[in-house]
Amino acid sequence: MTQLPETTERKLGLVIDLDTCVGCHACVVACKGWNTENYGAPLSDQDPYGTPSGTFLNRVHSYEITPKEGTAKLVHFPKSCLHCDDAPCVTVCPTGASYKRVEDGIVLVNEDHCIGCGLCAWACPYGAREMDAAEGVMKKCTLCVDRIYNENLPEEDREPACVRTCPAGARHFGDLGDPDSDVSQLVAERGGMDLMPEQGTKPVNKYLPPRPKDVLDEVDILAPLLATPETAEHRNLSGFLGWLDRTLEKI
Amino acid sequence: MHPAPSIILFTSLSGLGFGLLFFLGLGYPQPTGWVGFVFFLIAYFLAAGGLLLSTFHLGHPERAWRAMSQWQSSWLSREGVCAVAALVVMGLYALGLVFFDSAWQPLGWIGALLSLATVGTTSMIYGQLKTVPRWNMLPLTPALFLSLSLAGGALLAGQVTWATGLLVLAALVQVAWWVLGDKALVSSGSDLASATGLGAIGDVRAFEPPHTGTNYLLSEMVHVVGRAHALKLRAIAFGLGFVLPVLFLLLPFNHLWGVLAVLAHVAGVLVSRWLFFAEAEHVVGIYYGKR
Ligand code: SF4
Ligand code: SF4
Ligand code: SF4
Repeated sequence: MTQLPETTERKLGLVIDLDTCVGCHACVVACKGWNTENYGAPLSDQDPYGTPSGTFLNRVHSYEITPKEGTAKLVHFPKSCLHCDDAPCVTVCPTGASYKRVEDGIVLVNEDHCIGCGLCAWACPYGAREMDAAEGVMKKCTLCVDRIYNENLPEEDREPACVRTCPAGARHFGDLGDPDSDVSQLVAERGGMDLMPEQGTKPVNKYLPPRPKDVLDEVDILAPLLATPETAEHRNLSGFLGWLDRTLEKI
Repeated sequence: MHPAPSIILFTSLSGLGFGLLFFLGLGYPQPTGWVGFVFFLIAYFLAAGGLLLSTFHLGHPERAWRAMSQWQSSWLSREGVCAVAALVVMGLYALGLVFFDSAWQPLGWIGALLSLATVGTTSMIYGQLKTVPRWNMLPLTPALFLSLSLAGGALLAGQVTWATGLLVLAALVQVAWWVLGDKALVSSGSDLASATGLGAIGDVRAFEPPHTGTNYLLSEMVHVVGRAHALKLRAIAFGLGFVLPVLFLLLPFNHLWGVLAVLAHVAGVLVSRWLFFAEAEHVVGIYYGKR
């Protein structure tokens, strides 16, 4: 059914820390790997060794931000489906292939019913849906629905592949509908935000803005040049060590 | 948005076809026998042919029937339901006119309404999309599709007075749609600051895209090439679609002028519909620093 549920029992989603993401794209590769080998149609590539294009469910942009004062900074910006509460991609779907799950709020595509019309991708403001050119069906982030409940995997692997792989700990997974969950606490603490709130999609995924840089107190930038060089005389060592020190100094 | 030929042809031709069916359903004209057959043949060729064309851009056309199921939420589904209903009802009405020389008028009225509803639902597929501010102008986008369909329908149905008036109306709506559409993206409030949420820190600039090659998003939703000549194309669309047909209709009536009016109008609508897609900016382009 492409009518949205009134509420969902849980709101599973990601919290992405723009302060710690180093832009390594490991999450992109882990996502492509898992989702090519597991649930649903594989994520195909076209002309990979020529002018490549392909299907990805997670992509990392990089933005340069120039403040009014001070130097510009680079922010790496991973983006995948935000599993919106008011998901426009679901309601536009004519076949019922797109749906939002009542039990955990995950937005999924039933690939056997999808006609590949592409309207859901048009309706998503974030570019989170990509039509697979080989299969002709719509692909999107499943929040690794085939990992998070998968009892064949060791406990620590039961989270989305991107979260499991991130070397910087910049990705967090949990229930954003529960105010006491770790992810909700993190969002509250760090001022987590919505992307394009004016689009009215009510995204579940949240982004943590970069924190202000630390400042050191009063350091003279010429300090290294002004410091008196240490010499053997200053060290003033005696005995054998003193001799060794002075001899090595002369070499 | 990428101007896909199949969708441009589909929306333009089926708009004309359903416009013609609307006038036929109302009984203006009410042709019987062979003449009736030809009229309905043209209408069905345009309306149903367009519909068929639209399935060409699907990834899985063989599952197209599923698209009728979600009419409660999806405008695309509603379009499918309305189109099939309109074609069936008008088919029965045509049966009466062509073979039994009788107008089963209630059927015609219902069919006319359904034909109009089909065009309305088509326009809402685009009008509903907040992600494409230029299309998300309500009720201007439905007004554009409906006025174009009615004007073209009247023209094909040979209703000279109606056609002239409706062409002038459609021309006004078209100009309003262009002028207001040019401001739509800016007034939507979506920009790199809102897209990244980083506007509070400073000026945001797209530094590096996530991929070196192209992808589905860029080829489907970020179409920059066609806009270079947008103004010239608007002038061509306006001249062919509205000015020429009205001039031909104002001349003393002659079938040749009629045919020329129709041809010019159809060409103008096609150019206008190409621009409808090529000029439309999807907000996902913002993430790529493009529009
Ligand atoms: S991010 Fe896009 S695809 Fe995901 S739920 Fe929201 S609108 Fe749908
Ligand atoms: S592409 Fe598939 S999932 Fe998307 S709207 Fe069309 S049928 Fe639904
Ligand atoms: S794996 Fe982590 S650090 Fe690397 S790009 Fe993804 S979110 Fe950023």
